[in-house]
Amino acid sequence: MSRPQLELVCPAGTPAAFRAAIDAGAHTVYCGFNDETNARNFPGLNFSADELATSIAYAHKKGAHALVAINTFPRAGAVELWHRRVDDAARLRADAVILADIGLLDYASKKHPDLRLHLSVQAAAANADAIRFYAKAFGVKRVVLPRVLTVQEIAAVNRDIEIETEVFIFGGLCVMAEGRCSLSSYATGKSPNMNGACSPASHVEYREEDGDLVSRLGGFAIHRVHAGEAAPYPTLCKGCFEAGDYKGHVFEDPSSLDAAELIPQLAEAGVTALKIEGRQRSRSYTESVVRNFRKAVDDYAAGRPVVAGALRGLTEGQTTTAGSYRKTWR
Amino acid sequence: MTKNFSLTVGPLQFNWSADAFSDFYARIADEAPVDRVVIGETVCSKRTPFYEDRIPAAIERLQAGGKTVVLGSLGMVTLEREKRAARELFEQTALEVEINDLTLMNWARPPFSIGPLINVYNEATLAYLAGQGAKLFCLPPEIPFASVEKLAHAANQCDAVAEIWAYGRIPLAISARCYHARVHGLSKDSCQFVCDKDPDGLTVNTLEGQQFLAVNGVQTMSQNFCNLIADLDKLASAGVKSLRLSPHTGDFVAVCKTFADVASGVMSGADGLARLKAAAPDATFSNGFLFGSCGAAELTPA
Amino acid sequence: MWNAKDIPLFPAAGAAVLRFAPLTPLSMAGAHLVKTLVQRHPSLFSRLGEQAEKTFLIDPTDLPFAFRLQPHGEAPSLEAVRREDAGFWDARIGGPLAALLGLVHGVYDGDALFFSRDLVIEGDTEAVLALRNAIDNEEIDLASEVAALFGPLEHVASAPARRVSSLVGAWFGVALTREDESHA
Repeated sequence: MSRPQLELVCPAGTPAAFRAAIDAGAHTVYCGFNDETNARNFPGLNFSADELATSIAYAHKKGAHALVAINTFPRAGAVELWHRRVDDAARLRADAVILADIGLLDYASKKHPDLRLHLSVQAAAANADAIRFYAKAFGVKRVVLPRVLTVQEIAAVNRDIEIETEVFIFGGLCVMAEGRCSLSSYATGKSPNMNGACSPASHVEYREEDGDLVSRLGGFAIHRVHAGEAAPYPTLCKGCFEAGDYKGHVFEDPSSLDAAELIPQLAEAGVTALKIEGRQRSRSYTESVVRNFRKAVDDYAAGRPVVAGALRGLTEGQTTTAGSYRKTWR
Repeated sequence: MTKNFSLTVGPLQFNWSADAFSDFYARIADEAPVDRVVIGETVCSKRTPFYEDRIPAAIERLQAGGKTVVLGSLGMVTLEREKRAARELFEQTALEVEINDLTLMNWARPPFSIGPLINVYNEATLAYLAGQGAKLFCLPPEIPFASVEKLAHAANQCDAVAEIWAYGRIPLAISARCYHARVHGLSKDSCQFVCDKDPDGLTVNTLEGQQFLAVNGVQTMSQNFCNLIADLDKLASAGVKSLRLSPHTGDFVAVCKTFADVASGVMSGADGLARLKAAAPDATFSNGFLFGSCGAAELTPA
Repeated sequence: MWNAKDIPLFPAAGAAVLRFAPLTPLSMAGAHLVKTLVQRHPSLFSRLGEQAEKTFLIDPTDLPFAFRLQPHGEAPSLEAVRREDAGFWDARIGGPLAALLGLVHGVYDGDALFFSRDLVIEGDTEAVLALRNAIDNEEIDLASEVAALFGPLEHVASAPARRVSSLVGAWFGVALTREDESHA
């Protein structure tokens, strides 16, 4: 039996990381504009329209694809900015735009009927019927599945829908359903949905206290790690708290997703593309992760065994999990 | 001054016993001066079997009490049985449905309502859903007042109603993982329904002892209680037409009466706030998402 | 695949010698270097945006001195300072020299260095993030930046600069040019 070639969708926060991803073997690179229209709106990151034009041209020259994430929810009274970004992406010949907001999907499908639409994980379409709604209403061609499903559930979704699915394979792990989380704006006033930033750096404070590294978000102590212990991102869902008699990581341990060992099962579940998280990471990260996963998907397609677990040093908390893909995670 | 707000009692978010469920809706039906009541499980479908046989009687009593009853859908639909249940809300009843997961758009029958868990952040999204038959929007609780003003205006232009989350702990996130089970060392599949130990949610503190969040099964909530009672003038002039009061333990009828009194101009916002403080002495109130720097901010004086 | 735990430390003997070294020549070279950087990498500063107005303390913890960086658009500066009189800064980035140079050269991932505690951040986190991201995009090679200091003689200086830095890099286990990346 011939095995499918899985498409590797790789992150780029800068033009340098974009080139690094392509050179390391990315089939597809995704990126965003340097403003609040994309969900990794971090200082010093992302692309001007000119940089995007050059990067997309580079991808096309190398036979790769470029996707543009415009996946925050437009602010009331300011939807024109998001419209302009969709227009820009279409003009610059992006191979698809990744959108989450219903109003924006409606705009893009009407204004640019030839522009391929992908549904962002921020839309949290977690079952076949939800996906069908987006496919029917806006002609969405691919959905990025929320990180709440098991491999069996993904297989069931693929049996029931006509469009492609893309799943996260490596990187930061949201424990909450994405696009449906206001934890960050509760603590800081800035949220992924509205501002494109979870636990924004502007509200993060690190301090050495009695030899421990204490991180605070919006004034709330999120972690305290002793010398020599791995430090986590200051995202509050991975913080250490007390609830009743429990003391520890109430929501999630500071670990990241590495589902490399599940590549065969995900392929058999009918997944089209594997997505690597990390537009906020360096080009060194991009290069290592993309190279490793390109080898893994090529090995799988050629019938060779897939080697997993080589990238732990790059991960948060230096530990990894297969996340919701295994039911025991819940 | 009369503000002409409609009052909605939102769906009960917590795992109460069947008897507590029936008693709560009986009191709301008989005593609470509210217009609409949304009923149904929005958080965890595993809880439903414990009280679903009580729902028909509760609906009947609420209707007899002059309330419009709306069926609330689950907030995150993933399982086959959850999809079936969602579909049946439209196909097996004649009542209005409040959509909390866009899965339900497949079967939506106008008129329907859009719950606070749907991402309606801008006028284009609101207009799209209104075009599909949505007639009431409970806006996402995290949006700032500037967005509320624009969305309420957009709703009024579509002959729809903008509702705002005005009282109670705010749902902040939903997950595939159950935190109540996790903090009790249980798996989600054998959770023993431990969320019933915390009828208002389990408070989460920082390691420095600061109150921060609350967990309610798969849901994470604000530790503070949203309370907009002193902000009704601003909400009225923004064009908000309906206020959502989310159920908690204690004298919830008193909460409803207080909002009704302030809305009808019988009582001032400041007096209303004092009365709500007396009714819920342990709660920390906030209007931070709308008027402060963040959702956790202290109550800003009106 | 590198392991963050294997980052080499600057030899203690070398650090002890440098403790008494005058900082003025280093500061003059730094000032020169940062000016050349501005000219050669304009997008570095556009990426920094308003964060370019901040003051950074770049603190190689295995050296007896630190660098005070002010990437201010008009008059950028980089001066060597003793830790005890570093003066005011908005953000401090501390770690072994090899980690800091590896960051500049794109050998190391900043987040991974942070997770492994090889990199310490204090103060204005947003400014640090902007600087890290802006530098990462530039694909800077310090050896050629140094060579560029020679202006028209760049092509003459380039090969020796590369040879010297390669030797020094091999000696200290530090990536001083981007070509050393493959050995890291």
